Amino acid sequence: MIFKKPTSLTKIPMRYCPGCGHGIVHRLVAEVIDEMGLREKTVAVVPVGCAVFLDEYFDCDALQAAHGRAPAVATGLKRSCPGTTVFTYQGDGDLAAIGTAETVHAAARGENFTVIFINNAIYGMTGGQQAPTTMPGQKTTTNPTGRDPKLAGYPIKVCEMLATMDGPAYIERVSVHNVANVLKAKRAIKKAFKIQNDGLGFSLVEVVSPCPTGWGLTPLKACEYMEKTMIPYYPLGVYKDISQPKTEVSAPKEIPDEEPVENKNIGL
Amino acid sequence: MGQKILMKGNEALAEGAVRAGCRFFSGYPITPQNEIPEYLSWRLFEVGGTFIQAESEVSAINMIYGAAACGTRAMTSSSSCGISLKQEGISYSAAAELPIFYANVVRGGPGLGNISPSQCDYWQATRGGGHGDYRVIVLAPNCVNEMGNFPKLAYELAEKYRNPSMILADGLLGQMMEPMKFEFETVNINKLPPKDYVLTGCKGRDRRVINTLHLDVNVLERLNWHLYKKYKEIEANEVRFEERYTEDAEIIIVAYGTSARVAVDAIMKGRQEGLKIGLIRPITLWPFPKEIVSKYAKKTGKLLAVEMNTGQMVEDVLMFSNGQAEIYFYGSPGGTVPTGDGVLAAIKTALKNKATIGEVCCLNDI
Repeated sequence: MIFKKPTSLTKIPMRYCPGCGHGIVHRLVAEVIDEMGLREKTVAVVPVGCAVFLDEYFDCDALQAAHGRAPAVATGLKRSCPGTTVFTYQGDGDLAAIGTAETVHAAARGENFTVIFINNAIYGMTGGQQAPTTMPGQKTTTNPTGRDPKLAGYPIKVCEMLATMDGPAYIERVSVHNVANVLKAKRAIKKAFKIQNDGLGFSLVEVVSPCPTGWGLTPLKACEYMEKTMIPYYPLGVYKDISQPKTEVSAPKEIPDEEPVENKNIGL
Repeated sequence: MGQKILMKGNEALAEGAVRAGCRFFSGYPITPQNEIPEYLSWRLFEVGGTFIQAESEVSAINMIYGAAACGTRAMTSSSSCGISLKQEGISYSAAAELPIFYANVVRGGPGLGNISPSQCDYWQATRGGGHGDYRVIVLAPNCVNEMGNFPKLAYELAEKYRNPSMILADGLLGQMMEPMKFEFETVNINKLPPKDYVLTGCKGRDRRVINTLHLDVNVLERLNWHLYKKYKEIEANEVRFEERYTEDAEIIIVAYGTSARVAVDAIMKGRQEGLKIGLIRPITLWPFPKEIVSKYAKKTGKLLAVEMNTGQMVEDVLMFSNGQAEIYFYGSPGGTVPTGDGVLAAIKTALKNKATIGEVCCLNDI
């Protein structure tokens, strides 16, 4: 087997920051589309945020959505053209802040498309402000002393929230902080597209993903931070899969201490 | 085509949309337009279409944005405050050049206002409403028959120019019942001309992208000039209006929708008293029938705008009168409807008065 660029990616170089997870996830999605032979029937719904240039990178039909509205746009697309394979690709601000209603209700309706949700705990494109997924204690440009849940509330755990609903067919949280998890992430993405292809309903893969620039860390330190701080808060695993018996997800009993986060010089 | 049937305005609009080829509707309940989604919730399934009650107006407009992107004749409807929420998606549709169609059955405003008929959204409808340089084609029916027949025209204009189009009605037109006759053959959606932009997967062709982000300022400038030229073309080709009793008129009422119906009542009563009153009824509010307004401004020297607001369209009447006439305004804001007697009294006041050219004289103040 020769390692090569997926056919579903264009030749345009990606502009993401060094160490960013978007490039990895783009490649995984493209590999899945290639392997499942879906490129010629796929319509990508392009988000607002760092992945706003997604239509330049994916070699398939693509439609730009307003910030947060991708699930509504995808609903219109997929319901009108059920023969297409539709995926949205959204960051945490897009999906869990301005687009919470669209996300929750598309899931509740069991819309038959796939959501790739990048959780990097920060607003990357706009310069590192607090996201709905920003960790307690994490410094951002709008949490200069670190996120204090008493003032700024708690992070939203999207998979856990959506898994309580009857509408979704498949919900899994994965990470791309090391090779083993990148491979698991690909399996989850492939499963999500298969769920859609089989007409089973709403599928969402949350990818815990590094943002070294936004976090003020080197790429390697960012991966370390993900493993030690983010993943205990956002446990990986399958949260819902109507095609399989229920899988238990092991969650930590306590929220990690805030101190390690501050010591790691999180923030800009 | 066929016989006359008794229909409610909102239901006529919904049935007209289906006959015009609408196959996707998403909306959110708001009075006084609820009969539109209620009707479509069962009617669209009869023709193999899709109905979704969305979680919000914002979501509803973005659903039809997605549906229109793959070539489906899609629509949404709402009223005033709901249309405000839809403005985001309307702006995006204008930028993406997607031919969405929507209806605003206007209620009293601003804010939550009330559920009574009003024309207080004229500015919002004709000035774009959302962010950015854009225009929407605005059709203003004044009877149930037009409520049912205008959706086909709205789709045709939207697709001809790849631009959002809308019907601007009011609560009275939505709720009243009148004889209705569909004056067009039901559209066969399988025989519509192919669209060269739709997103259905790139099998057998290059991929297509519908995008509204243009970080290169020169690219965005080109897009805006492209839209500008399109709007000029629409202004040149798509103006529609009705004129009545204008030949010998000494004063012209400019009114649309429900106000135009009331104006006719005033004209009939006034003419029985020997007053020479005419009517120009804009059918397209944008593009506005500016040439006919200019013509009668010069010919009569007196124009009276009657509106169910505090004076919005009258600013267009003033602008396009080109300083050739006294401009009067008679309004009924807040969900009230003017009476024929009230408009006739306003006409008589205007005929006796001498107003300053270049300013709007509000007859409610006199």
